[in-house]
Amino acid sequence: MNMNENTARGLSQISLPFLFTMLLLAAPIVLLFAMSFWTQDFLTIDHTLSLSNYKQAWSEPIYQTLMLRSLKISMIVTALTVCLAYPAAYYMSFVVPNHRKALWVFLITIPFWTSYLMRIYLWKVILGYNGVVNGSLIDLGLIAEPLEFILYNQLAVVVTLSHAWLPFAVLPIFVAMEKIDRSYLEAAQDLGDSAFWRFLRVTLPLSMTGVIAATLIVFVPTIGDYVTPKLVGGPDGLMIANMIELQFKKANNAPLGAALALSAMLLVAAVAAIFLWLNRRYLQTETRA
Amino acid sequence: MNIALRIYILVFVLFLYAPTLLLPLFAFNDSSIIAFPLSGFTLEWFSALWQENGLQSAAVNSLIIATASSILATTLAMLASSASVRHDFPGKAPMMGIIMVPMFLPEIIIGVSLLTMLVLAGLPLSIYTIILGHTLICVPFCIAILRSSFQHLDPSMEEASLDLGETRATTFRRITLPLIVPGVVSSLLIAFTISLDEFVIAFFLSGTEPTLPVYIWSQLRFPKKTPIIMALGTVLLVVSVCLLSFSELVKRRNLRRLGLDHRPGV
Repeated sequence: MNMNENTARGLSQISLPFLFTMLLLAAPIVLLFAMSFWTQDFLTIDHTLSLSNYKQAWSEPIYQTLMLRSLKISMIVTALTVCLAYPAAYYMSFVVPNHRKALWVFLITIPFWTSYLMRIYLWKVILGYNGVVNGSLIDLGLIAEPLEFILYNQLAVVVTLSHAWLPFAVLPIFVAMEKIDRSYLEAAQDLGDSAFWRFLRVTLPLSMTGVIAATLIVFVPTIGDYVTPKLVGGPDGLMIANMIELQFKKANNAPLGAALALSAMLLVAAVAAIFLWLNRRYLQTETRA
Repeated sequence: MNIALRIYILVFVLFLYAPTLLLPLFAFNDSSIIAFPLSGFTLEWFSALWQENGLQSAAVNSLIIATASSILATTLAMLASSASVRHDFPGKAPMMGIIMVPMFLPEIIIGVSLLTMLVLAGLPLSIYTIILGHTLICVPFCIAILRSSFQHLDPSMEEASLDLGETRATTFRRITLPLIVPGVVSSLLIAFTISLDEFVIAFFLSGTEPTLPVYIWSQLRFPKKTPIIMALGTVLLVVSVCLLSFSELVKRRNLRRLGLDHRPGV
């Protein structure tokens, strides 16, 4: 197969999936962007371009609160998830024997693929007034009355979201650890490093690419989570996605919803960019290797 | 150190599975209130599933959507994986990057932007619009699976077939496809599971025909319905776990086969 034929064949094969994504992802986002500059009064849409939606989205206290709260919650969830996932990934990569690794990856990922809605609903059951946590604590005689502060607040959102994203955080860290050349560890040991220093100077820096990937994979989608805050968040735990949905549906102000959605994405992109810049050291070593 | 890690992983896995394990527990519990202590064993909630209005049509919708999306997503992913693994062309990295984006975007963004386009284009919401949305989010996951199938594919097999005078189409049907079939099956099953379980995009794009998760969402408001929803959730959980296990088995059997094929000296 000569070069031109290879190129032509590749282009013809990718054209269909690429056009599909452009039509159903890029085009809708461009339209969403255009719509965010329109204004809507009840059912009539005014197509004159204006920045009023963005002014509203960035200045009105309710939107500011929701936006900052979403950012805060998704940052806490990300930090928590990555920290909890790291030892699990370490176990899977360094303790589990090779022939069992695939089984462990499977075991960890199953919960991620199944019963998304029901899992969140079950957290409501676990944390609820007559729930598993309260019931057990009362049975154990540790408390007399059910605790009410554990459901319908931001803490419940953090717990539920962290639980949902844990499997997804384990995988990139595990993959990065699998790529670590085990002879580096032996070298560190031979040169007299203790297990602790070996981890700090070899394993941790070499697995940082996985940590960075896990951070982004969890951070970006969680800020837009809709179901969790709605089911376990209560009024103080609602997030920006709930407001976006409200604007698109009941409030009948899709342009404002579009501006809110794009503002949230902009915020996420900015935070992600800063995070990547802070960690550029680790990413550079990866490209050099 | 190792013992601490072992205890940690045990707690970790328990934490991961705890909520899911409660699902069958409450589905078989003889009480309409979802709380501890459990009151006894019953199959009432499962038999009540048959009398639920709208449940059967939601199940049919979900099955149609999951089947169509998994076939569409796997087909598109096969093309993209083949292009990215076996061919070089200008713009490959950015094009593949864009195709993978839906894996990382919040689903609400995909949901509202697709809704915006459909509304502006004047297209009615239906199960077809959900199929398009689900195909979009499944493609990246299918590519992740199928890329490795194409990486393990020995190009000399196809060359041999072409040299012996077969057309490209026959070569694909008789040589390429049988060799990547485990990846294709795996990809179909994963996409089917994702679509069956997906809520947010279906919630935005469904008109009057709900999918199972959208139906579940509408029923969660009624406390009386909760045990029935638990039973439904249990059925869905069992179906998903079976699909995923089957996909994993196919993948593993194939890896073993490849491992034998690539034994030195064979």
